[in-house]
Amino acid sequence: MRTDYLLLVLGMGIVTYLPRWVPLIFLSHRRLPEWLKQWLDFIPVAVLSALILPGLVTAGEPRHLEAFHPALLVAIPTTIFAWKTRSLAGTVIAGMSLYWAAGRFFP
Amino acid sequence: MMPVGDRWNILKGGAAAAWPICLGYAPIGLAFGVLAQKAGLTPWEIGLMSLLVYAGSAQFIAVSMIESGAQAIPIILTTFTINLRHLLMSSSLAVHLQGLGRGWLSLYAYGVTDESFALNTARFRDREWDWRRALVLNHASNCAWIASTVIGGYGGQFIPAGAFGIDYALPAMFICLLVMQIRDSLHVAMAVLSGLLAVALSLLLPGNIYIVAASVTAATIGMFLRKRRAGIVESGESP
Repeated sequence: MRTDYLLLVLGMGIVTYLPRWVPLIFLSHRRLPEWLKQWLDFIPVAVLSALILPGLVTAGEPRHLEAFHPALLVAIPTTIFAWKTRSLAGTVIAGMSLYWAAGRFFP
Repeated sequence: MMPVGDRWNILKGGAAAAWPICLGYAPIGLAFGVLAQKAGLTPWEIGLMSLLVYAGSAQFIAVSMIESGAQAIPIILTTFTINLRHLLMSSSLAVHLQGLGRGWLSLYAYGVTDESFALNTARFRDREWDWRRALVLNHASNCAWIASTVIGGYGGQFIPAGAFGIDYALPAMFICLLVMQIRDSLHVAMAVLSGLLAVALSLLLPGNIYIVAASVTAATIGMFLRKRRAGIVESGESP
């Protein structure tokens, strides 16, 4: 294995690990102030939504809006299914089946 | 010392809960391996990157930069900015890992990804979920990622593109986990706000900094709105 490649992935590993490690080490051993708890309470919904939505309504490089996306069409019934059933397994299977079917109908 | 039966239950429970992530990682990992091999990396080199970096989108971008002849420093800096979003996830996970030893926390940190964060955060609300199971889930996902990227590196796209809708496994999982995180109307409002902001910022800004920018903004607004709501309730006004 080439040394320069080894150094590259080591560097990539370190800069990836640090943001994962620092908050866990610094926040897990102290009483968090109330405002921080309130702020962190919104992080899961905010992050998940920010991860999901751009992938559903944008495409290409550089990115542009693309509203008629099979991924977006499938997201609507998938969300309703998740809301009604609260089942992770069911939602994943339903989402995959719908996406597969959408690929058949809108190739 | 923990009884063997308990250990077995923890291993089984953590690994079994990881299935949506493993299913989702398989096609992405294979695709990554194929691309990395085309960019001139050996399966060993691919496996080493997956082991040391363990971050899908950063690895894809790094490989395309390697292929276009980029130097190490720009690749490392790009990796850093792409993966800064984990800062938010680890902060949020710290709430569930209070008082855990630093050794275990350091091991846990290694396994923080978009997917493991989302799944463990939803699971931590269950009574039977704990940091041990979460750690097993992290490492089961990690194994699936490393294995699928290495297999892809041997030149195989073993799952035909688009088969069984498998490309939608992770989006569907994220959608369900988002729905499960929502506990009141303010959560709904901030999820909508964060999503719309992310879309707008993703069109304006390069890279994926839009994830951090949108989430921080929405969480901050949410915190202030919650405070105001609590203030109104305390002062006796009707909300």
